[in-house]
Amino acid sequence: MDFLRPAGWEEALAAKAAHPTAVPIAGGTDVMVEINFDHRRPEYLLDLNRIGELGEWEVGEDTVRLGASVPYTRIMEHLRAEMPGLALASHTVASPQIRNRGGVGGNLGTASPAGDAHPALLAAGAEVEVQSVRGSRLIPIDAFYTGVKRNALAPDELIRAIHIKKADGPQQYSKVGTRNAMVIAVCAFGLALHPETRTVRTGIGSAAPTPIRAKAAEEFLNAALDEGGFWDNGKIITPSVAKHFAVLCAAACNPIDDVRGTASYRRHAVGVMARRTLTWTWESYRGTARTTEGAA
Amino acid sequence: MRVTFRVNGRRQEADDVWEGESLLYVLRERLGLPGSKNACEQGECGSCTVRLDGVPVCACLVAAGQVEGRDVVTVEGLADYAKQRSAGGGCATAACGTSGPGTSLDAARQWESRPTDSATGEGTATSPRATLSPIQQAFIDAGAVQCGFCTPGLLVAADEMLERNPNPSDADIREALSGNLCRCTGYEKILDAVRLAAARQSEGV
Amino acid sequence: MGTTGTPTNITQGSRTSGGIGESTLRPDGTLKVTGEFAYSSDMWHEDMLWGHILRSPVAHAEIVSIDTSEALAQPGVYAVMTYDDLPTDVRNYGLEIQDTPVLANGRVRHHGEPVAIVAADHPETARRAAAKIKVEYRELPIVTDEATATAPDAPVLHPGRTDHHAPHAPHPNIVHRQPIVRGDVEEARGRADVIVEGEYVFGMQDQAFLGPESGLAVPAEDGGVDLYIATQWLHADLRQIAPVLGLPEDKVRMTLAGVGGAFGGREDLSMQIHACLLALRTGKPVKIVYNRFESFFGHVHRHPAKLYYEHGATRDGKLTHVKCRIVLDGGAYASSSPAVVGNAASLGAGPYVIDDVDIEVIALYTNNPPCGAMRGFGAVQACFAYEAQMDKLAAKLGMDPVEFRQLNAMEQGSVMPTGQRVDSPAPVAELLRRVKAMPLPPERQWETTEGADVRQLPGGLSNTTHGEGVVRGVGYAVGIKNVGFSEGFDDYSTARVRMEVVGGEPVAVVHTAMAEVGQGGVTVHAQIARTELGVTQVTIQPADTQVGSAGSTSASRQTYVTGGAVKYACELVREKVLEIGRRKFGSYHPAWATAELLLEGGKVVTDGGEALADLTDLLEDEVVEVEEVWRHRPTEPFDLRTGQGNGHVQYSFAAHRAVVEVDTELGLVKVIELACAQDVGKALNPLSVVGQIQGGTTQGLGMAVMEEILVDPRTAKVRNPSFTDYLIPTILDTPTIPVDVLELADEHAPYGLRGVGEAPTLSSTPAVLAAIRAATGLELARTPVRPEHLTGMA
Repeated sequence: MDFLRPAGWEEALAAKAAHPTAVPIAGGTDVMVEINFDHRRPEYLLDLNRIGELGEWEVGEDTVRLGASVPYTRIMEHLRAEMPGLALASHTVASPQIRNRGGVGGNLGTASPAGDAHPALLAAGAEVEVQSVRGSRLIPIDAFYTGVKRNALAPDELIRAIHIKKADGPQQYSKVGTRNAMVIAVCAFGLALHPETRTVRTGIGSAAPTPIRAKAAEEFLNAALDEGGFWDNGKIITPSVAKHFAVLCAAACNPIDDVRGTASYRRHAVGVMARRTLTWTWESYRGTARTTEGAA
Repeated sequence: MRVTFRVNGRRQEADDVWEGESLLYVLRERLGLPGSKNACEQGECGSCTVRLDGVPVCACLVAAGQVEGRDVVTVEGLADYAKQRSAGGGCATAACGTSGPGTSLDAARQWESRPTDSATGEGTATSPRATLSPIQQAFIDAGAVQCGFCTPGLLVAADEMLERNPNPSDADIREALSGNLCRCTGYEKILDAVRLAAARQSEGV
Repeated sequence: MGTTGTPTNITQGSRTSGGIGESTLRPDGTLKVTGEFAYSSDMWHEDMLWGHILRSPVAHAEIVSIDTSEALAQPGVYAVMTYDDLPTDVRNYGLEIQDTPVLANGRVRHHGEPVAIVAADHPETARRAAAKIKVEYRELPIVTDEATATAPDAPVLHPGRTDHHAPHAPHPNIVHRQPIVRGDVEEARGRADVIVEGEYVFGMQDQAFLGPESGLAVPAEDGGVDLYIATQWLHADLRQIAPVLGLPEDKVRMTLAGVGGAFGGREDLSMQIHACLLALRTGKPVKIVYNRFESFFGHVHRHPAKLYYEHGATRDGKLTHVKCRIVLDGGAYASSSPAVVGNAASLGAGPYVIDDVDIEVIALYTNNPPCGAMRGFGAVQACFAYEAQMDKLAAKLGMDPVEFRQLNAMEQGSVMPTGQRVDSPAPVAELLRRVKAMPLPPERQWETTEGADVRQLPGGLSNTTHGEGVVRGVGYAVGIKNVGFSEGFDDYSTARVRMEVVGGEPVAVVHTAMAEVGQGGVTVHAQIARTELGVTQVTIQPADTQVGSAGSTSASRQTYVTGGAVKYACELVREKVLEIGRRKFGSYHPAWATAELLLEGGKVVTDGGEALADLTDLLEDEVVEVEEVWRHRPTEPFDLRTGQGNGHVQYSFAAHRAVVEVDTELGLVKVIELACAQDVGKALNPLSVVGQIQGGTTQGLGMAVMEEILVDPRTAKVRNPSFTDYLIPTILDTPTIPVDVLELADEHAPYGLRGVGEAPTLSSTPAVLAAIRAATGLELARTPVRPEHLTGMA
């Protein structure tokens, strides 16, 4: 095993080009577990800790350009207004110690269906900025996840940043785990209202081979909100609409039975979370929220 | 590979480090600082919590090569670190014990208790480490230590929380320590200890 | 702390500070908070090698061949050993039945069984070498439950058994069977106005101690070996290790290293023999440290169980009978299965007066992971089921569940199903009264002015509910556990106590082989010495095999038995000290000859409080030392047909009230409060007592809602050997645990004390389950309950 310690981004890209099998390590929260438990012996470890810009973010007019290694703790502390869904998701990540090290780039690199950030990114709308010595490209989040623990990165590419649409409306995030802290998702759900475009976006984690959106549910809800004039009249969403939205979200799942939960429970729980997060965000949109974010 | 970094204020160098080694392994097996504990080695228990450039992290998930040139505080340096802080200083600079890797048998054979004063739990013989940090003393006083394997990580995490939030609510304490598993105490005495340390801190004791 | 019952100063009441009854602080506390306390994984030696174990990837197979040549040829590798390299004919070990191969002998019987061991200069070198050992397995059919294990064509896991349970075992794949039959259940059933039945499932729990199995073996010049190890019983280890090494016991010198928790999981050997074998083979010190993954394979677990119960009661709420059958899965090797069977059977009716009893308990050999000791030891599984039955009966009778239990609660003088009369306080009804009388926590504590505090709601930080679907439930349970080793076992301990003047002050030095695993035995030993010898300064020496056996740190027995031994040795030291005093000063004061003399505050005093001599003056440079064995009252084996016999030395009782909030839509649970009342006879160290109760309570909570080792029934492979998927409670899962301690003395025990550690682990689980049932209206016949069980999505 070789340990590559590029001092800067260009050097990192060159190293990745020279050693496409190199495994990038930033927070180490996935890679080191695999090494400690002898599940993986990469030929090269590519340390990204020295590349300061990966830990920085820029808030633009429409998007936040979030460095791949910005720790979850920083997202919770500094970017709650711009990315409330991702901030809530960040708060559900593992433990304080892990949130101090891990960042969204790692979640995307590992591309586990259980990664906590994915549903929030899908719901908010995001693009992944990846680079190689060949150049830079933006991958829409919807095209990023290509299979179980597989993503759209080319072997010589590294994740530089994530461009996340700044929230133009309420966002929520919920995750079911069998413990009240430090738990991997049994399933998770993200929801974002986009009043500017009068659309709703969703994200589902751990309930399909990849993180997914519940597109049929979104289309149904977009149409129902539109038809009922809800965006303008701010009325409470009809329970039957919320219920059908939940049913469609559950139907979007393609889960498995595993040690963390059964497929049927995952489908069920996604439905419950869809209904609840819709209620919370809509209440918030109507300006009557009592408890939009709680203490989370 | 060689890794050079600062631990508890002292420059440390480890040679012939295998690239897959963690910071935890280097501390425990190469630098004679086994205080950070190896309970899960998968970031799920917090027993190896150390401060990396001031930030609490799981040492088991930091690759050895990643700490090159950086600053680490372990439980062995916690008392000095707290002393520096209360003196208005930044990060601890005093050195903390390292003679050889791990715990030598001579040291291990001597873990018998010194004659103890029942009121403080402190050895009455002159202790090599004259003072404990407030959180360390509170853990002893509150009965928060049983087997003690989770204790070092909890101390580092709790100390850092009190640094940020000197008057935590119970919910704040629980959230800050939610990454540290304890199997013996049921956490009640740990909560007591943190409350005690916070109270003493606010009274300036 | 609650009120104190009968005064229990059975022996002298000392006025020496730091004695029994005070919450003195741990003597190892400072070392533990500074990181200097040397746990078994912290050991280091110049030139040491790292041991690594190659384990079976399959549950049941014939080993066709093993080729170690490539592994041995790796640079940095010093030794590779398999079964064929074992030095003597003793190649098995076991706590009671020596059925466990040190290394697999042509056959593996469970996933993760050790097959070969490697010593190398770095852990990674050892791992890579182990990966190069070529093992050819021919898989065999597996047995995983009673039906498959006792089928006519079932593969017999241990052919040719010669153990003493074999003759009465109904099938060679049944380790042990213990019936308990008393009265006439058929006749009693006729008197019952209501009958409830239930089939219950208890999952496989792991001790999940945080300090992984580890230790260091150092070869000695005399051909022996020094072993630094975390264990629960040094001498039991020694008895199993030495014959395998071909060494006399005095050449295997064991020292207790720091133990990072145990809870039963260190009763059986793990890496002890492997480290010694490699050290003796290579001539170099060898360190072995399991990681968490390996730890799940490296120790036995709590027996999973299937429990069938039938209870009857009259219309006015008196229990008529219990019929019960419990099947414990012992896994591939016996470990302590026979004793777990004895406990489950003899305690299977719970702390209730039931005259007509028909209980049968068996433990199976299967290809599942081996199971053995864990806190509560057979009594835990039964308590989960009989307490569910009590709630069912109360509901059917339209009675309050606490009142129903109280109506049937045993008390001092009651007769157990084994025929044994309970001859010390058994305040079962009182414990229930106390937990019920505690004020209930306020409703909806999660509501704050800024909205819902999700940390206080089911789901916690995962933000699953802001109050939606949340329903509160309250449940009760009570349990009975034996203290000490039972069924005729010669359960003794040894203490060496020395008294001398050091630095102008009398000092007591206590040396035992007791394994301090966190419980605070070292604290209590110092307190006992202060109380008995009137000194302030006490030194506790490290536990090792240079002193006689202390027995196991298990069965809630150490304060009773090793505490008893320390007390006894102190009493003998005191007599010798007084003899010296009489010899030196007897002529100066008549009280030396007549009065009952005590040692207090560094002086010899009369029972009237008059000081006769300073201990410093009395002892001068004399050293008084005693090593003595102490044993509790003998017990008897249970009759193999009827289960009758005075099998236990002492019983302990705890009751819990659980308050839970359940998100009924998502099936997530938040335990709000878990109140406990327990009789401890005499709290030698109240702070430690409460710590034991809160810790035991929390392990029971884990068993109720999250902890389970999942074994694939098709392959018998463990599916979740990690802390990522075997979950134990975090501080956000653990509620406030108010504790009400009763002190009703057991006149047969030292200071009247009652073993504390296990009882709270029994009733915690069923109390939480009862509360969840109350919140959801579901029957919930298995534990742990998972969200899918609470939502009908299992």
